[in-house]
Amino acid sequence: MSKKKIATIWMDGCSGCHMSFLDLDHRLLDLADLIEIVHSPIVDHKEFPPDVDVTLVEGAVSSDEDYEKIVKVRARTKILVAMGDCAVSANVPAMRNRFTPKALQEAVYLAPNMARPQLPHEAVPTLLPRVRPVHEVVKVDVFVPGCPPSNDTLFYVLSELIHGRMPDLSNKTRFGA
Amino acid sequence: MSRVVTLKINGQDVSGREDETILQVARENGIDIPVLCYLEGLSAVGACRLCLVEVTGVSRLLPSCVTRVSEGMEVNTESERLQRYRRMIVELLFSEGNHICSVCVSNGHCELQNMAIKLRLDHIGMPYRFPVRQVDASHARYGLDPNRCILCTRCVRVCDEIEGAHTWDIMGRGINSQLISDMHTPWGESETCTSCGKCVQVCPTGALFVKGKSVAEMTKRPDFLPYLAMMRNRKNGS
Repeated sequence: MSKKKIATIWMDGCSGCHMSFLDLDHRLLDLADLIEIVHSPIVDHKEFPPDVDVTLVEGAVSSDEDYEKIVKVRARTKILVAMGDCAVSANVPAMRNRFTPKALQEAVYLAPNMARPQLPHEAVPTLLPRVRPVHEVVKVDVFVPGCPPSNDTLFYVLSELIHGRMPDLSNKTRFGA
Repeated sequence: MSRVVTLKINGQDVSGREDETILQVARENGIDIPVLCYLEGLSAVGACRLCLVEVTGVSRLLPSCVTRVSEGMEVNTESERLQRYRRMIVELLFSEGNHICSVCVSNGHCELQNMAIKLRLDHIGMPYRFPVRQVDASHARYGLDPNRCILCTRCVRVCDEIEGAHTWDIMGRGINSQLISDMHTPWGESETCTSCGKCVQVCPTGALFVKGKSVAEMTKRPDFLPYLAMMRNRKNGS
């Protein structure tokens, strides 16, 4: 059996889901014969490859960079997994939706206690008017709620998908788990 | 003295008093019907619509918490259509407010969250509204976060029917409906609130909470209610 190509991406989230993924620990070694991690914040591979079997998506869609990324990743992935509450529901990042991006940036970057108050003008992605869960932007195939989903949950999801089965997550995780 | 009637729920023969509701008779017979606004000890209002059931011969769905049983009735509580509608209702509740379970005081103890698990919801299909709602932290001991409110009106009813203060009410209509204290004035300035905390204990979500509780620390104890309601009925001679 050829190795399944697995990717993970990180958009507007705290990286907690990736931490939970790394918490698979020695089980990552068990999976090593079955999968190849072709793109991820934890591996050194710049371009997203064209034919990925499974992509785990952490984070909500928050900036123009996120938007371009998720559209490209969707087109290049067979099974797209919304990993964790930020991807599934926009979660904590969506708390900024009550403010305009301008008001938000001014409150953060021009705060009186900043040493040199200034708005970011380069190398920082432009914020979208509203943070959105992934499925409101592109089609999602598997939803894994949880903040973060436990390492056991992620192991189960990955194992099922590697073996060509769709995971049944009822009673395994929940919003806020 | 009310008559006893016999009826079928999910094909099972059951009996109940004719002044009982479908929900009450179902519960007496160990049949679970999901609810969010209903709470034993308070009046039933049929607000959440989760307890909708099918009754043979009736084309529309009926809320079982306010529909009385009758002789020969045939009730179905678990059809595919009902499951679909219940999931839709809960999805609408999630998309209407700002329910961020991961940072909520009631995470792990929330009736809305538990309902999502029960109905096997893994995401919300309706687009989120992300409404702008202000927290009222003016009360010395309790807080109100309307972002988490599902307008079940349990707090309104417990305050009116059990405590007798009627501090809470609902203002506005439709999507603009909101929970208010007194004449839409800060809770902490309320002249009617006795600070008894019953509203907090019956709230199914983290909308009403005890101050100082952190994420997942707010457990509710609505179990005082049937006892209080029973003693009140006894006093009133009913």
